[in-house]
Amino acid sequence: MTRVLELRGITKRFGAVTANEDVSLHLDQGEIVALLGENGAGKTTLMSILFGHYTADAGTVRVDGAELPPGRSRAAIQAGVGMVHQHFALAPNLSVLDNIVTGTEPLWRPVSRRSAARAKLAGLMDRFGLTVDPDSLVADLSVGECQRVEILKALYNDARILILDEPTAVLTTQEAERLFATLREMTGQGLSLIFISHKLNEVMAAADRVVVLRGGRVVAERATEATSKDELAELMVGRRVERPRRPPATPGPVVLEARDLRLSGRGGASLNGVSFALRSGETLGIIGVSGNGQTTLAGLVSGLYAPDSGALLVKGREITRHAVPDAIAAGIGRIPEDRHAEGAIGDLSLWENAVLERIWSPEFSRRGLVRRRAARAATAEIIRGYDVRGAGVDSRIRLLSGGNMQKLILGRALSADPDILVAAQPSRGLDEGAIAAVHARLLEARARGAGVLLISEDLDEVLALSDRVRAIVGGRLSPAIPSDDADARRLGLMMAGDWAAAGEDAHAV
Amino acid sequence: MSVIFDILAAVGLWEAVLRIATPLIFGTLGVLLCERVGVLNLGIEGIMTFGAMVGWLTVYSGGDLWTGMAAAALGGAAFGLLHAILTVPLGLSQHVTGLGITLFASSFAYYVFRLAVPVATSPPTVEPFRPLDVFGLADLPVVGPVLFGQTAPTYLALALVVVLAWVIYRTPLGLALRMAGENPHALDAQGVDPIRLRIWAIMAGSALMAMGGAFLTLAAFNSFFPTMVQGRGWICVALVVFASWRPGRALLGALLFAFFDAFQLRLQTVVDGVPYQLFLMAPYLLSILALIVMARRARVPQALMQPYRRGER
Repeated sequence: MTRVLELRGITKRFGAVTANEDVSLHLDQGEIVALLGENGAGKTTLMSILFGHYTADAGTVRVDGAELPPGRSRAAIQAGVGMVHQHFALAPNLSVLDNIVTGTEPLWRPVSRRSAARAKLAGLMDRFGLTVDPDSLVADLSVGECQRVEILKALYNDARILILDEPTAVLTTQEAERLFATLREMTGQGLSLIFISHKLNEVMAAADRVVVLRGGRVVAERATEATSKDELAELMVGRRVERPRRPPATPGPVVLEARDLRLSGRGGASLNGVSFALRSGETLGIIGVSGNGQTTLAGLVSGLYAPDSGALLVKGREITRHAVPDAIAAGIGRIPEDRHAEGAIGDLSLWENAVLERIWSPEFSRRGLVRRRAARAATAEIIRGYDVRGAGVDSRIRLLSGGNMQKLILGRALSADPDILVAAQPSRGLDEGAIAAVHARLLEARARGAGVLLISEDLDEVLALSDRVRAIVGGRLSPAIPSDDADARRLGLMMAGDWAAAGEDAHAV
Repeated sequence: MSVIFDILAAVGLWEAVLRIATPLIFGTLGVLLCERVGVLNLGIEGIMTFGAMVGWLTVYSGGDLWTGMAAAALGGAAFGLLHAILTVPLGLSQHVTGLGITLFASSFAYYVFRLAVPVATSPPTVEPFRPLDVFGLADLPVVGPVLFGQTAPTYLALALVVVLAWVIYRTPLGLALRMAGENPHALDAQGVDPIRLRIWAIMAGSALMAMGGAFLTLAAFNSFFPTMVQGRGWICVALVVFASWRPGRALLGALLFAFFDAFQLRLQTVVDGVPYQLFLMAPYLLSILALIVMARRARVPQALMQPYRRGER
């Protein structure tokens, strides 16, 4: 096989922090290599060096045997390296075609050659089965389509080596499966791929070879056939990590009841008659393909929106005012889906973030003045109790990694000892260690008698944590099934809306 | 009502519209160019004043009129460079920097003016741009003076609307400019340096602003006085929002404002018993109204006022 890419002895320091230390890896033609590591292991830095965003302190990058000049994206692009960023580098106000052709023509050409560009793009879409309307605005695209545009952008630059940074972080399970099928198709046509991931499932499913990075160093390299999820998990984390197990539930009285909730026009996809009951001491998992109303449901229960019709009852009492303070007062704890946008204010300190939602309670303010000492003490308590690392009480919260931020948000929600906890995508984007911690806390809340409404696209997570599972499809909930009876096939049928078949399946078992 | 009709029927009104609009067109295109790459340039008010002074001084000391326009453009570009250095590589607050440039450029213009003309009871004048006779059609009734009898810089401004629209929408450079204002990370990832592009665009935009100022001294008032820009720069900033950052609509906005302005000037002279300040307010009030209607639908450049730093999100 031909070696298309070789990194040798890459070292990169940021001040006192060493992001990469003597990292070497290679890629052969037609191969898919996974770069596996926890958040902060140095994966993205390494790929940014390869792509010329950063300059390495030592080491070389060779493409097809020729050394790339450091720090020049243009050179990497010309050598046939394409990068698909985790945070899409797209302009929502511009069309798909505009986004793709930017920078591909000489700047001083008097007219942009659009019809030629359109034809080339159409050819690429055909060849790799990546369809997007070239004239639609990027703002109107789904996340999966945005990613297709990113990939097309790289292919349009004639990339033969494609680097994908956590490509599935924002995708639904179905979209992710589709993506990996596309990637296979690409290697079949001679492209070579590196994808960055911390998800063991997809690494095992999609890669030929796995390079494990920990603390900025390569700690292992394995052919996928010759390794296992358990071994990789241990290599990646450096110790054995086990997700906590769910003890049997002891459900109590109903704490939260939804009766025929309907809502359209706000919060994304509409709800078309959602009814469920949640008991204390149990976890109800809501699965579904994104865009079927789960975000709306989470927002409604959290007090962000009022329903058009229907009722929400907390411990038998109907909620009449749908506002966040009322939801909190009613004993609803909230873990929002997008922790950066809705869960935290990046430029405020940890303590401000930790007490903000209860700032008017006598615990944290008196006569209109904030009781800083109490607030700091409460935050320090959360930091200690929930093992939040990487920043102190007065640091800005944006300095925290995703996992640590999530732990703080969990601590904030649970320190009020809520009767109900709404957890939307609680482990999205987190690495194995942090997921285990978050899961343990959710199980703890349930053991303490809270009713947990778990809304997640991660089926493993739902099966691990929930007592009962419902699917949300088109703004309606399927009947609940006990999670012990669930398997991938049944859940798939439920999410596809084929509830009758999913039910029959249950009887057959 | 007949008063209003009389004003509207007078050729003088329509002739004035394009003349009043010209500095606004230059200024609006300048702001538009800066904001399209993501940088607010509140230095415009001062840059226009400085351009007015430089243009006037060049001609006053013996240069020809076009040399005056060119000198003003250069002076504007210099202040643009200052604004660009402070806001792009250094990433300082664009509001504060812009206002600082306005204060500095205005005062500096007056200072240089006073050095050149130490004592003068009435400001010295220059021989201005003459109305042209385009295609020999200036003598046509009504449309002649309105469309074909303007001064050369007015036609330059109109031509620049077309040129800028072409560049922004039809060329690879324009796409790169838009991308710099929408998502500079994406531009960088495609191998074009957003920092350099932003700096050049701000310089070019500031040159246009200064030319708008020079029009005031070289085609409208024939002399320089320090308060002559009179908020035209701020109007340009608002017109860009009104125009949704599109050159064609910017022209429309400038014409609309100029029409209101010309109209109220004439109304002042024929309506008695109403304080004239009310008429002076009218174009600004109407602009605010138009802005409220238009700006709600405007598509703002996503990276406007966000400094770009490599490797940071």
